[in-house]
Amino acid sequence: MIRVVLPHHLRNLAQVEAEVTLQVDGPITQRTVLDALEARYPMLRGTIRDHDTQIRRPYLRLFACQEDLSHDPPDTPLPEAVASGKEPLLIIGAIAGGWD
Amino acid sequence: MSGVRVLVGTHKGAFILTSDGQRKKWKVSQPQFGGLEFYHLKGSPADPNRIYASQVSDWFGQVMHRSDDGGRTWQTVGNEFKYDGDTGTHQWYDGTPHPWEFKRVWHLEPSLTDPDTVYAGVEDAALFRSTDAGQTWQEFAGLRGHGSGPRWAPGAGGMCLHTVLLDPADPGRMVIAISAAGAFRTDDAGKTWRPINQGLRSEYIPDPNADVGHCVHHVAFHPSRPDVLFMQKHWDVMRSDNAGESWQEVSGNLPSDFGFVIDVHAHEPETIYVVPIKSDSEHFPPEGKLRVYRSRMGGNEWEALTKGLPQRDCYVNVLRDAMAVDSLDPCGVYFGTTGGQVYASPDGGDSWAPIARNLPAVLSVEVQALP
Repeated sequence: MIRVVLPHHLRNLAQVEAEVTLQVDGPITQRTVLDALEARYPMLRGTIRDHDTQIRRPYLRLFACQEDLSHDPPDTPLPEAVASGKEPLLIIGAIAGGWD
Repeated sequence: MSGVRVLVGTHKGAFILTSDGQRKKWKVSQPQFGGLEFYHLKGSPADPNRIYASQVSDWFGQVMHRSDDGGRTWQTVGNEFKYDGDTGTHQWYDGTPHPWEFKRVWHLEPSLTDPDTVYAGVEDAALFRSTDAGQTWQEFAGLRGHGSGPRWAPGAGGMCLHTVLLDPADPGRMVIAISAAGAFRTDDAGKTWRPINQGLRSEYIPDPNADVGHCVHHVAFHPSRPDVLFMQKHWDVMRSDNAGESWQEVSGNLPSDFGFVIDVHAHEPETIYVVPIKSDSEHFPPEGKLRVYRSRMGGNEWEALTKGLPQRDCYVNVLRDAMAVDSLDPCGVYFGTTGGQVYASPDGGDSWAPIARNLPAVLSVEVQALP
């Protein structure tokens, strides 16, 4: 099972606790994991990736195993530790406080 | 009548304020979706338990919510707003062509008769409709594509479609307004549209009398007289007696003809309200006095309503969707400020009191009189 940690507001939206687990068939990539996440929690569609382009929203990042994977191509295999469930894929809201 | 429900969209969540018909004592809800921006919430006239809400953030984009129980619980509905066909271009701030890009929903207008039908005015300016309670959205592409679209340009807040007026007497007629393009009307249920800006004069565009390009801030009407439109433009308060075919200025003796909100008394179609704001640079009330101005003559002659409102050191703004009236008798008037206050008047504006004092900056205020 793939483990995914969502940021606070997306946990609220999906009505889940900090970590969710997903069954993902085939190669374990950003695309397949996010596809599985959105299939399980359709209310998250459009909040992590653009509906049409599937491009990651600019204020979100994808971390795993102490690495920033945000700029990897979406079909790049995720680290083995993520694929095996040892480590979670972290979806992080940028720490960008803005004016308030 | 069991009470009144005020729906408040703020910079950091939505709030629901409730009271009985006296409108003296108010209860403020816990934040709904705290920390996220709510541009607008509005209840269905056909079913007051049905409420639609637009949440948006830089992090997670557009999220749409629907409540079927008066705001006690919410479910997430569709957030895909896909322009129909070729998106084309509008003018960017520097005058260059810029492709249409969806950014957010500014305004929700539920159908007058069907709780499952709701209209959404969005940025970049377009009108969408859902007929399945918000699950899916379809664009009225005839508005964006009617011809003048390439000449539209964003206002400082973005190129937003912020006003949707549904004619109760003619289901085919709608009036919408865009900042900074102007007002537009359809008479065939959204298939075709045309600008209705004759008589508007805006010195900040190359041709002050152009058919499009005017920064309309808000438009309101009384449902019994949908042909009589009242407009708060960037500068100038305007009136049309022929559904927008022509406009006349009715700013009269206002201390500033700039502002964002405008609304009409629920039972007196010639009684209108604005909140003058000092502009072009300051965007707070003149002299630090928060004053609602009321005209009982449909404009030109205005009286300041000050009882209960701060008359010194007040430097808040009142944004375009942040005023509403209820249908009780006497008519209640409500508005919210960027300082987080929501003021209510249970007597048509004669006296005011804060019904919430310390909310995040208020973006929108709507009110429901509950059966």
